[in-house]
Amino acid sequence: MNQTNVTTLKSRGAPTPDAHGDIARNPGMPLETDWIDAIRVNRSAAERRITTLAGRRTVKKDWQAAWLLKAITCMDLTTLAGDDTDGRVRRLCAKARQPVRPDLLEALGVEHLNITVGAVCVYHVFVKTAVKALQGSNIGVAAVSTGFPAGHTPFETRLQEIKASVADGASEIDIVVSRRHVLTANWQALYDEVKAFREACGPAHLKAIIATGELGSISKVGKASMTCMMAGADFVKTSTGMEAVNATLPVSLVMMRTIRDYHARTGYKVGFKPAGGISAAKTALQYLILLKEELGDEWMTPALFRFGASRLLGDIERQLEHHATGRYSAANRHPMG
Amino acid sequence: MSKTAEIFETMEYGPAPEQADYVLDWLQGKPGGFQHFINGVFTSGKSGAKRIDSFNPATGEKLTEFPAAGKEDVDAAVAAAKAAFPAWSALSGHERARYLYALARLVQKNSRFLSVLESLDNGKPIRETRDIDIPLVARHFYHHAGWAQLLDQEFPDHEALGVVGQIIPWNFPLLMLAWKIAPAIAAGNTVVLKPAEFTSLTALYFAELCQEAQLPPGVVNIVTGAGETGELIVNHPDIAKIAFTGSTEVGRIIRKQTAGSGKKLSLELGGKSPFIIFEDADLDGAVEGLVDAIWFNQGQVCCAGSRLLVEESVAERVTEKIKRRLAAFRIGDPLDKAVDMGAIVDPVQRSRIEQLVSQGESEGGNVWRPDIAMPETGCFYPPTLISNVSPSNIAVREEIFGPVLVSMPFRTLKEAVTLANNSRYGLAATIWSENINRALEAASQVKAGVVWINTTNGFDAACGFGGYRESGFGREGGREGMVEYLKLRKEWTDPEPAAPQLELSTDASVVEIDQTPKQFIGGKQKRPDWARTLPVAAHDGKYAGRIAHGNRKDIRDAVEAAFKAESWASTTGHARAQILYFIAENFSKRADEFSRRLVQLTGVTKAKARAEVDATISRLFSYGAWADKYDGLAHSPPQRNVVLAVNEPIGVVGITCPDAAPLLSFVSLWAPVIAMGNRAVVVPSERFGLLATDFYQVLETSDVPGGALNIVTGPHAELVKTLAEHDQVEAIWHYGDTAASTFVEEASAANLKRVWTNNGRGRDWKSPSTGEGREFLRRASEVKNIWLPYGD
Repeated sequence: MNQTNVTTLKSRGAPTPDAHGDIARNPGMPLETDWIDAIRVNRSAAERRITTLAGRRTVKKDWQAAWLLKAITCMDLTTLAGDDTDGRVRRLCAKARQPVRPDLLEALGVEHLNITVGAVCVYHVFVKTAVKALQGSNIGVAAVSTGFPAGHTPFETRLQEIKASVADGASEIDIVVSRRHVLTANWQALYDEVKAFREACGPAHLKAIIATGELGSISKVGKASMTCMMAGADFVKTSTGMEAVNATLPVSLVMMRTIRDYHARTGYKVGFKPAGGISAAKTALQYLILLKEELGDEWMTPALFRFGASRLLGDIERQLEHHATGRYSAANRHPMG
Repeated sequence: MSKTAEIFETMEYGPAPEQADYVLDWLQGKPGGFQHFINGVFTSGKSGAKRIDSFNPATGEKLTEFPAAGKEDVDAAVAAAKAAFPAWSALSGHERARYLYALARLVQKNSRFLSVLESLDNGKPIRETRDIDIPLVARHFYHHAGWAQLLDQEFPDHEALGVVGQIIPWNFPLLMLAWKIAPAIAAGNTVVLKPAEFTSLTALYFAELCQEAQLPPGVVNIVTGAGETGELIVNHPDIAKIAFTGSTEVGRIIRKQTAGSGKKLSLELGGKSPFIIFEDADLDGAVEGLVDAIWFNQGQVCCAGSRLLVEESVAERVTEKIKRRLAAFRIGDPLDKAVDMGAIVDPVQRSRIEQLVSQGESEGGNVWRPDIAMPETGCFYPPTLISNVSPSNIAVREEIFGPVLVSMPFRTLKEAVTLANNSRYGLAATIWSENINRALEAASQVKAGVVWINTTNGFDAACGFGGYRESGFGREGGREGMVEYLKLRKEWTDPEPAAPQLELSTDASVVEIDQTPKQFIGGKQKRPDWARTLPVAAHDGKYAGRIAHGNRKDIRDAVEAAFKAESWASTTGHARAQILYFIAENFSKRADEFSRRLVQLTGVTKAKARAEVDATISRLFSYGAWADKYDGLAHSPPQRNVVLAVNEPIGVVGITCPDAAPLLSFVSLWAPVIAMGNRAVVVPSERFGLLATDFYQVLETSDVPGGALNIVTGPHAELVKTLAEHDQVEAIWHYGDTAASTFVEEASAANLKRVWTNNGRGRDWKSPSTGEGREFLRRASEVKNIWLPYGD
C-alpha cells in the first residue's frame, strides 16, 4: 500500500463518535479482471432479499426518530436543475445548516447532536457560492463535475472540470462513468478513466456514479462497482438522478455486497450513495436497514453512506414532527430549502 | 441523554410489536374454550370430557382449550359429510366456485386477524404469517374456485370421491387446511378435517368463516383432537379418501391402516432436502436462499433445505457468508415485526432437536451457532450449522425439523447429485448456479417432487407439491393436485374370478419339440433359481407346457437387473416409442401363434383370440404413440417465474397380471410402464404364464434394452410378497383378490411404494377408455415441478 495515498476522511455533519472515526481512504489497486469476471448476481434472488427484508426489519417510535435523524446526517442535500441560481443555492445551504426546526430537535431531546446534512451537492458553477454559504459549518460541498449527467464531454475537459471544482473548494467530486465502457465490458477503459479522475481529485473524495439504470443487467452493476473501487473510488453511487430508473433497493443491495467483498479482500471501506427518487422517509429507512444488514453498523455514518436527495428532507421533517407531537404535520410548517 | 439521542449513537433496532389485543379478546370471548364444527354448527362433542390445552409457544401461556373428538364425534362429522355429499357434488361447478370465491374473500378480509392468531398459536413470526401463510391461503381458495368453475370441461370423465378425511400438521396450520379443503370441495367432495393438536385455532376461526360464507352444512366439518382422533378418521368405513400431511412414521401407519379399505390415499411426508450451491452461483443470493430454506418457520418445514451441499472450491467462502448472515439474526417474540425466527412449536419438538443435534455432535459433527441474543423464556432454538459430517451422521440422515443445517462439500455435479439422492426421502431440492445447463442437468437428476433453481421454498396453488420416495405420494396444487380428489366415472368392473386351476389329464408333450421355460431377466433367458418348473394345463385340462417356478431370488435378480437398466429412464420418448412399435411389429408377425396359444389356454374361439391379439397390437401402438406425448405442463404462479411440471419415470415398477384377457392385460400393464421410462418386473398370470414366456422371444428381437422389462413366472403368492416387500421397487401395480391387495398395500408401507391395486375388481381391458390411456400414464409417472425464476 502506498502510504502517501492514504489520507483520512474526516466526516462532516453531526459530531457523533462514529462520524468522527478516521477511515482509511481507499487507495485503489491494480485492475483484477478475474475478480470482475467472477461476479454473478441473480436478479430474482436480489429482489427476493429486498422483498423479504421489508418484512423482517422495521423501526418504530423513538427508534424511527433516531434513524430518521441519522438519515439527515447522511444526506447530500442536492440541487441539480437547469434553473439553479446563486440565490437558490444559498437558500439550500441555509437549510443544510439547520435541516430541522430547533423546537422539534428540542422536543426530541437531540438539540446537542448538532444535526446537519452530510454535504450540499451542486453543479460546478455553484461550488464557490456554496462553500461561502457553508463557511464555518463543517458541511462539505460536493460537485458533479465530469460532463454530468451523460459524461460525453472530452476526457481532458472532464479532468479540468474536476480540478476546477477542487480549486473552488469542493471537498467531494461526484463523477459519472462512461456507461459505454460498462456496456462493452471494457473494464480496463473504465478503470483507467476513474483512476485518472481520482488523481485529478487530489484530496477531494471521489464518488463514482455508475448509472445503474443504464447498464442493462444487474451483474454489470456489481462489475462496474468493483472496477471503480479498484480504481480508487471513495464512494460508489447508483445514479445521477437523471436516468429513467435511478436508485433502487435491489441495485443498492448488489453495490453494498460488492463493497463488502472489496473490503473483505483489501481491508478498505468504500462508501455507498444511492441517489435519485428517494423522497419518502419510509424509503430512507429501508435503505438504512439494508445498509445495517448488509454492511453493518460501521457503515452507518456519513463517512461511508450518503443519500443523494432533494425532496427527502421535507418528508423526514414532517415525520419527526409527528413523532414529537403525535399530530400529522404539513409541509408549510417547515422552512424550505 | 434522550432515548432518541442514545439510539442515534447505537443505531440499534427497537421493539416493533404487532397489535394482538383484538385476537386475544376473541379467544377470551369463548370462556369454555372451543368446540367441534359439525354439520354447520359448533358442538361441544359427545365423547366425554377430554379437553386439550392450547399454548402460546413463545410464552408458554395457555391460550384456550378445545375438545378431543372421540368415536361419536367423528361418526357425527362423517355422517354430516356423507349427508351433504349428494347435494354438494350435484351442484354445478360454478355454484361451488362461488362458495370458494367467498371463502377466499373472507380469508383476505380477515387476513391480519388470521396472521396474528396463527403466530400466537404456532410461534412463527408475524412476518411469515402475514406475508406468506395467509396470502397463500387466500390464493389457494381463489385458484381452486377456478378449478370448480372449470371442472366439467377440464375433467370430463371424472367425479368426486365422497367424504374425504384430512389430517394436517402444525407447521403451517391454516395453509395446510387450505391445501386440503380447497381442492377437495372444489371437486365436489365433502370434508372431515382434523387440525393438529398444537395448532387448532385458525381452523376453528376458519369454521366461522364457513358459516359466514353460508357454506352448506356438512360440506366442511372440523373435529379437534390428537392422534387417536386421527386414527378414528383414518379407519372410518364411510370415508373414501385420506389426505395426510405429517411425519413419514405416521404416514406409514396410515398406509397400513387403510390397506385393503379401497380408500384413496395421498401422503405428504417428511424430507431431508438438499440445497446445492455450485461455484458459479450468486453466492450471496444462495446464502440468503438458505435463510429462506432452513431458517424459515424455525426450520419446521417438510421441504426445508436442510442438507447443504456446496462445491468445494467455494465451500469456505459460503461458510463465512452463512456465519456473517446468522450473526445478524434476530430471534424473539413472534409478534415482533423485526425478527427472523420465532418460537419452536412445543417443548417436545425442541427436545427432539436438541437430542438429534447432540447425537450428531457426538458422531463427530462440528456444531456452530451465532453469538446472538436469545429470549430468556419461551420455546426457542438458535440457528445452527453442523459441518464436518458425512452421510453416515444422524444429523445428515434424519429429518431434524428444526433450524439446523448440515453442510457437506462436493467436487462434481455427479457427486452433488449422488449425495443429494443418498436419502430415503425425495421431497424437494434447491439448486444454485448461474449456468442454466448445469442447473437443469442437476434438476433432471435429483429425486425430488419439487426443484427450486436459484430460489427456494416457492409455493403456489397453481403448482404441484409433493414427494418422491418416502416423502409420500400424490400432489397438492395445480392440475396434478386436483386429480387426487377425483376418480374416473367408469374405471372398474365387477370382480372377475381367477381362472380355475385345472387338473392335468396328461403330463406329456407329444407334438412339439420340448421347450425349456425360463425367466426373462436382464434381457436374457434365465433358468429359475431353484431349477423347478410347473406344468400348465390347457383349457381342456390337457398338458400345454411348463413354466418356470420362480421364487424370491428370481424376483431379487429381476429387480437388480431392472435397477441397473437406469439408462432406459433417460432414453428419449421417441426412442422408447420406436421400440414399442418394433415390439408390435415383431409380435404381429407371430399373431397366428399367439392366437393358437390363446385358444389352447383359454378355450376362446379363434375369432376372439385373434381379436385379442389385434387389440394387443393396437395397445402397443397406443403406448408407442404416448411415449413421446405424455407432456408435462408449464404452470403460471404469480411471480416472474416459469414452473415446469415434468413427468418423470418412477423407477422400478412391479406388476402382477390378472387372468382376464391374459395377453391383452399383460401387455396393457407393462407397456405404459416402460413407455414412461420405468423398468418393469412383470409377474404374469399364473394360469396363463405361457403367453408371457412366448412373449419374451418377441422382446428379444425388438431391441428392448436388457433389464427394462423382466418377466418372472410362478405362483403369485410368493412372488408378489417379495415384490411388495422389496425396497428397490418403487411402485407396484397389482391384480389379485382383495386379500392380496390388502397385503400389497400393507407391505408397501415400508418404503411407501406407489400402489395401484384392483382390490379384487375387474377391468374392461378391451375398451380403450378403461384399458389404456392417461390414467395408466399418470400412475406410471412422478410429477416434478421445477421452479425457474428469471431476470437479468
